[in-house]
Amino acid sequence: MFILVLLELFSSTVFGHKPSDSYLAIGTQNNKISGQWDIALRDLDYAVGLDDNRDNKITWGELQQHQQQVSAYALSHLSINANNQACTTQALEQLVDKHTDGAYAVLRFAVVCPVLPKALGLSYKLFFDLDPSHRGLLRLQQAGTTQTAIFSPEQPARTFELGTKSSLREFFEFAKEGVWHIWIGYDHILFLISLLLPAVVWRNNQQWQPVLRFRTAFFDVLKIVTAFTLAHSITLSLATLGLVNLPSRWVESAIAASVLLAALNNIYPMVLTRLWMVAFGFGLIHGLGFASVLTDLGLPENSLIVALLGFNVGVEMGQFAIVSVFLPIAFWVRRSWYYQKLTLGFGSGAIAIIALFWFLDRSLNISSLAFLSRMSVSLSERLRDFS
Amino acid sequence: MLVFTGKNSFGIVGILMLLGLTNTICAKPYIPQSSDEILEQLPLLNNRTDKQLQQLQRQLSAEPNNLQVASAVANRFIELARSESDPRYYGYAEAAVQKWWRQPEPPISVLMIRANLRQHRHDFEAALRDLRLVITENPSNGQAWLSLAVIQSVQGNYEDARISCLHLKRLSSHLTEIACLSNAASLSGSAQQAYALLKQTVENTSTPDTEIQRWALTLLAEIAVRLGDDKAAETHFLQALALNQRDVYLLSSYCDFLLDQGRSKQVIELLKNDTRPDSLLLRLALAEQIEGTASLTEHQEEMQQRIEAYRLRDENIHQREEARFYLELLKQPKEALKLALQNWQVQREPADARLVIDAALACQDRVAAQPLLAWLKEKKLQDKILQQHVAQLEQGS
Repeated sequence: MFILVLLELFSSTVFGHKPSDSYLAIGTQNNKISGQWDIALRDLDYAVGLDDNRDNKITWGELQQHQQQVSAYALSHLSINANNQACTTQALEQLVDKHTDGAYAVLRFAVVCPVLPKALGLSYKLFFDLDPSHRGLLRLQQAGTTQTAIFSPEQPARTFELGTKSSLREFFEFAKEGVWHIWIGYDHILFLISLLLPAVVWRNNQQWQPVLRFRTAFFDVLKIVTAFTLAHSITLSLATLGLVNLPSRWVESAIAASVLLAALNNIYPMVLTRLWMVAFGFGLIHGLGFASVLTDLGLPENSLIVALLGFNVGVEMGQFAIVSVFLPIAFWVRRSWYYQKLTLGFGSGAIAIIALFWFLDRSLNISSLAFLSRMSVSLSERLRDFS
Repeated sequence: MLVFTGKNSFGIVGILMLLGLTNTICAKPYIPQSSDEILEQLPLLNNRTDKQLQQLQRQLSAEPNNLQVASAVANRFIELARSESDPRYYGYAEAAVQKWWRQPEPPISVLMIRANLRQHRHDFEAALRDLRLVITENPSNGQAWLSLAVIQSVQGNYEDARISCLHLKRLSSHLTEIACLSNAASLSGSAQQAYALLKQTVENTSTPDTEIQRWALTLLAEIAVRLGDDKAAETHFLQALALNQRDVYLLSSYCDFLLDQGRSKQVIELLKNDTRPDSLLLRLALAEQIEGTASLTEHQEEMQQRIEAYRLRDENIHQREEARFYLELLKQPKEALKLALQNWQVQREPADARLVIDAALACQDRVAAQPLLAWLKEKKLQDKILQQHVAQLEQGS
């Protein structure tokens, strides 16, 4: 009975027959080029001989015995050039994968080029002498775009244009990332809101009084937002250009602290006038936070300024969207009791508590509190999936 | 200077992960646990185990310019490709005669091999050109006339096929000639006569050539199926299968017959351990769908992956199977009709016609099938089930 079950299992994993293909993936990112090449063991056996003990089976041990030989054979049948100057390939590691017609050796390799390629040329001649119906199926991935090609004895070489993305398109792409980062970066939103909440009221005799004219509130907000923008633009640029470099744990903790202090200031007012100076001071720290996001996105070396500008404009647009929704509503309801008690008081209190968690989590790395930040991360990931 | 250093390895791993994730057919590369792990089972018959091939290849590497040996290697690989239905061997066959392949006027033996491989790749026009070159050079090459007739018949040019078959007189065996003629005649309005003639010839011939005998019996069975004589069809299929030579075409044809008769259990019994050829995997999945067998999901997934792998290669030789997969398994008649019509531009056998009609029926799209309906009337194709479906399609509008 048991043997029968085993036989059933075995019969279901029989691979189909298919003409010979190899799957070559080349990726470029941050000026590094690397490749992954899946080549059928059957084809490698036909070319260099892997089945040492002639039992019609290829084991992992046998493949390992021939690892060097396989890499050398394969890579010598692929030439890559950057702007017509030859690149070299370096084998990194060898793994195994299953495709529809059986097991494949997976070769990972790095490509070293003398110049940054604007045009990447590939010349493929693997197995064409042994099996002219062999095809090399290429996927070339670069900056979110994928180009494919089929290499055959009739068409063994192709040249691909790289980095032909226009500056304008790059600008918009980074602007989009900037908007997105504001949208999912709750710490920045909460900081801004904490500073803006008291903009439609003013303090008199330990009491909040509604401002009389929209103009007053508007200019207050304008000053705060401008100061915040100016400050984070400065540090964002300095950090991106590599002139300032602070440990990210320090920066992230300081951002959490800034949210906490801004919120507490609404409950126990310490700074009442010149809130824009607070915005400027903390804005410097938030800029460093933006910079780490921008660096994670992978910066194009040749268009760094475009990326920086685009990202910054995106951040400002995101900010502007929040302010333009917040200000009219806040101004409209500023006289009501719930604005002063509920929104200003409890709202700031809630922000302060969240910020305190963030601060402890980021500065002390307390794992029991990590769930809060993890929650916000998973929420933002889900949001991203929807968008 | 771009240099890969250890410091950058994180970036490299990142790119590799990206590549892995977006490569659709690639699962997940891994490092096997033990060096004894068997990764690949090589085919039982290959260039190392086949003694004849081994000897021929050794001879060829000693005399790489020996056309006769090279052709023999190629022909042996073509035989292997057929019996194992393993397309890699067609590639090895081409490699053996590569030296002559691109010559403006290749020798006859290479032209025959090239026609054979081009026919396999459904490049019928190029195959016909090669065969005509052979015939111009040597009008008494029976094999060339037979291949010509087979391709003309697949393309639906039954009158041309009939003329090619007539040339076989005295160039081949009587059975070959009659089988060739009966096939063309049965598809162009004389199915009854063709069946009677072929049946009589098969019964009166004793030949040691089992390949021709199997072919004749398969044709006989298929003509009987089209005439609606299920009992006779069953007899001839079993006679052909009893010759005990592996023939994927015969097996698929028999399974189609069984499926039409509602005998899907028998199809599962026949094919459950024989899923390497795509045509057999498809028929097994179709039978499993009817029976509600658990392994259907796995086989359907497998078929889907094979189709995707062929699409990546930009190859259309499996369009017939693909259309049927979309029609009967995925139940996507629109896509199936598109594929069936594309396939109809390349090959026009009764099975290809039936796919278009069935897909059009499922889409309620009579207009798309109109040219084919006119074609069927013109050719006077006799096929009982096909005609029932045509009637349904014509009534439906």
